[in-house]
Amino acid sequence: MAERIPAFLANWRQNIIYIGFVVIFVIFALTLSDKGFLNPTNLLNIIRQTAMIAVMAVVMTFVLASGEIDLSIGAVAGLTTVTVAMTIAVAGPFAGVMAGVATGIAVGCFNGWLTTRIGIPSFLTTLAMMGIAKGVAMWISATAAVPILSPGYSWAFGGGSIGPVPVLLFWMLVVGALGHFVLRRTGFGRRVLATGGGETAARYSGIDTANIKFKVLVLSSTAAAIAGMLYAGRLQSGRFQLGEGDELSVIAAAVLGGTSLFGGKGTVVGTIVGALMIGLINNGLILMGLEFSQQLIARGAIIIFAVALSQKRA
Amino acid sequence: MTAVVMKGISKAFGGVKALDNVDFAVLPGEVHALLGGNGAGKSTILKVLNGVHRPDAGTIAVGGVALTTHTPEASRAAGIAMNFQEMSLIPTLSVAQNIFLTREARTKRGFLDDPACEAKAAEIFAMLEVKVDPKAVVGTLGAGQKQLTEIAKAISQSSKVLILDEPSTALAVSDVERLFTFLRKLKAHGVAVIYVSHRMDEIARIADRATILRDGKHVITAPLRDLPIDTMIEHIVGKRSKGLADVQRGAVTLGEVLLEARGLSGGHKPHDVSFALHRGEVLGLAGVLGSGRSSLARLIAGIEPATAGELRIRGEAVSIRKPSDAIAAGVALVPEARATQGIIPAHSVASNIVLAVLNRISGKGVVDRAKAQKISDEMIARLQIKTASRDHAVSTLSGGNQQKVVIGKWLATDPDILVLDEPTAGIDIGSKSEIIRLVRDLAAQGKGIVMISSELSELLTACDRILVMADGRAHQMIDRATLDDPAEPDPGLRLQGAERQLQIEIQKALSQETLHG
Repeated sequence: MAERIPAFLANWRQNIIYIGFVVIFVIFALTLSDKGFLNPTNLLNIIRQTAMIAVMAVVMTFVLASGEIDLSIGAVAGLTTVTVAMTIAVAGPFAGVMAGVATGIAVGCFNGWLTTRIGIPSFLTTLAMMGIAKGVAMWISATAAVPILSPGYSWAFGGGSIGPVPVLLFWMLVVGALGHFVLRRTGFGRRVLATGGGETAARYSGIDTANIKFKVLVLSSTAAAIAGMLYAGRLQSGRFQLGEGDELSVIAAAVLGGTSLFGGKGTVVGTIVGALMIGLINNGLILMGLEFSQQLIARGAIIIFAVALSQKRA
Repeated sequence: MTAVVMKGISKAFGGVKALDNVDFAVLPGEVHALLGGNGAGKSTILKVLNGVHRPDAGTIAVGGVALTTHTPEASRAAGIAMNFQEMSLIPTLSVAQNIFLTREARTKRGFLDDPACEAKAAEIFAMLEVKVDPKAVVGTLGAGQKQLTEIAKAISQSSKVLILDEPSTALAVSDVERLFTFLRKLKAHGVAVIYVSHRMDEIARIADRATILRDGKHVITAPLRDLPIDTMIEHIVGKRSKGLADVQRGAVTLGEVLLEARGLSGGHKPHDVSFALHRGEVLGLAGVLGSGRSSLARLIAGIEPATAGELRIRGEAVSIRKPSDAIAAGVALVPEARATQGIIPAHSVASNIVLAVLNRISGKGVVDRAKAQKISDEMIARLQIKTASRDHAVSTLSGGNQQKVVIGKWLATDPDILVLDEPTAGIDIGSKSEIIRLVRDLAAQGKGIVMISSELSELLTACDRILVMADGRAHQMIDRATLDDPAEPDPGLRLQGAERQLQIEIQKALSQETLHG
C-alpha cells in the first residue's frame, strides 16, 4: 500500500477525478459547514440527486468505451416514467416494472439496429431517438403527469429508505458494482474495450464488433429505463419532462471519471465518482446561495477545469 | 499429408485481379517462404487463407479438411494463426490483454484472470528470450516491442499453421536470431510456418521451400537449395517492367545543389544520412520495408524533427521542425497514404488543388473564386488530370488521377523540392508510367525530386541517382546509368537487368547490416 501512493500521485493527471473530488469536498466542508453541508441529511440528499445520473453513467462508460455515444437516455428515462405509470394504473406494479424494462430494451434494440445494421452513426441515431422518445411520451400522456398510486413501487424504486439510508443508494451501489465487475472481469467487458480501442484490430482478432455495439446500446437504453423507473418512484408519477437533459450530465460524469470520448478507455469507479462530483458541485453551489444562472456557469467552468487538468500535454 | 492446400485461388478488387488462379501448398514441419515484389499478391493470398478476404474462386483445405466459411474465426478454428502488420493490436489494452484477446485465461468462476494471462505472456517472451513487459500498455511501446507482441499473439495460439508476415522489419538483429531458433523448434513439432520477408538473407537462413508470386500469378515453388538468390530475384522481377521501359530519361542538366543533408538522424531512424540533391535531378531512395526511407522523407518534410545533423536548402542551413517550416522553405511532401494524408475525397478537384495556397488566393479572408478556378484549370491541364470537371469530387477519379491532384496541390505552392513517397502505390499500370513521366518532366522544369518506391523498376525509370538504404543507414549512392548493361540492345531486357542489379545491391546492404548490426 505504501508504495502505491507515490505511483498514484505520479499519475495525478489520470487520477485527477479522485483528487478533485477530495479537494472540492474539503473546500465545501470548510466554507459551507455553517450552512449544513456536512449534515448527514444533506450528504444523503446528494446521493438521492445523483443516483439516476450515476446509474445511466455506469452504462454510458460502456457506450463510450466501445466508441459509440447515446444521446437518447434522458428522453428514454422520461418516456419510461410515463409507460410505467400508465401500466401501473391499469395492471399493477409488477406489470409496470415489466413495461419499463420493455421500453428500454425496445428503444435500445432500435438504436442498435440502426447503428450497426443500417450504419447510421450512433450520434445521429440517438439524437433522432431523443426527439422520438420525448414525442411519444408527450403524446401518450397528453403532456399531463400520470400519478402512481402504488406505495410498494414507490418505496422500492427510489422513494423509500432503510433506516436513514435511501434505497437509491443501494440502486447506485448495485448497478455500479455490477458494471465495474462486468467491465473489468468478464470477456464481454474486455471486448467492449477492445472494440473501442481499435475496431479493425478487434475484428481481425475475431471479435464481432457490431454485435458488441448492439448489446452496449441495448444496455444503455435499459439503464435509462431503470433511471426512469427510479424517477417515477421517487416523484410518484410519470412525466415526460423527467430526465430531460440528463444525457449531458451523464456524459460529463463519465468523461470526468476518465472515460475517453474516442473509445477504448474507461472505469466505472471513475464514472461513479464523476457523477458524485457533479452532484457535490450542484449541492455546494446551491448552499452558497448562487442563482441558477450562476450555478450553470460555475458548474461548466469546474468541469472544463477538471478535464483540462487531466489532458496530457504534448 | 499437407498442412495447407490452396487450389485455383482468384481474387479481384474492383476489376483489378490481385490473385489469378494461384496454387499454394505448405507441408507440416517446414518453413515455407512466400516471395514476390510489391503487388505480387502475397498479402492477398495470406488474407484469403486467414479469412479476412473471401476468394472469388478456388478451394482451401487445412490439414485435409476443406475450409468452407471464410471468416477470421473459421480460419482460426482450423488452426491458422497470423501476425498482421501492426493491424491486430489494440493500443489501449496491455500486452498480455492483447496477446490473449478473446482467449483470456479464466478463474474457476469464469471471470477474466489478468494475472494468469500476464504470467503466460511472460512465459512466451521468456521462451523467445526477449524482454517485453506483459503489463505495458501497447500504445506506449516502440515498433520493435509491438512487433514482438504481434508475434507472441500469433504463436500463443499453438496453431498448426503459423503465418508470419514481415515479422522482422522492426526487430533488432539479435531478436531475429532468437525468433529463428524458436521457429526451428516449432518445425520440429510439425507446425507449418509461412514466412514472408523482403530480406533474402533471412529467407536463405530459415526457409526450406519457397513459393514465388508475380502479378497475382504463381511462378514457382521449389526447395531453397534450388533457388540461389539471383535465381529468386530473377523470378521475382520477371518481365514486370513493360510499359516503363519506354519512358525516356533524357539528358540531365544538373543545376545548383537544392537540398543537402549532412549526418541527418531521426529519433528512431534514419542514422547519419548525408546526400545532396541538385536542381533538375530525381534522387531515388531504395530499400526494403523498415530501411528508413519514409522516416528520412518525414524528416525532410518536417513531420518529425531531426535529432542530429543538418539540412541545407539552396546552401543555407535551415531548421525544419514542423511541416509549415518545410513548406516555407519550398519543400513539399506527397505522402504515402493518398486517401488519408493526400486528398479530401469528398471535396472537389478544385478545392483540393488550392488547399495549400488558400492564404495566397484569399483577399480579406474570402477565397477569390476566379483565382482558385484559374489555378485548378492550370493544374488540370498541366498534369493532364482526367476529370469530368474541376467541380467533381476527387473520389470519383481513378487512383492515378487522384495522385495527380495531390501532386497538383503541392505544385500550386511552387516548391523547389518535391518528396514523393510511394507515388504509384495502388495505381493501375498504365497510370504508373504516366506518373513517372510527370516526375521526369517536373525535374526537367527545374525541380529537385526525392522519390521513394518499393517498385524498383519505377525507381530505375524515374531516377538519375539511387541511394540504397538498409536499417536506417545510407549504404551507397548509385548512378543510375551504371546499372545499365550497354551491350543489351532491348530496353525491356536492359531495365530488367538493372532491376536485378539493384536488388542485389539492396540485399548486400542488408547482409552488411546483419553482420555489423
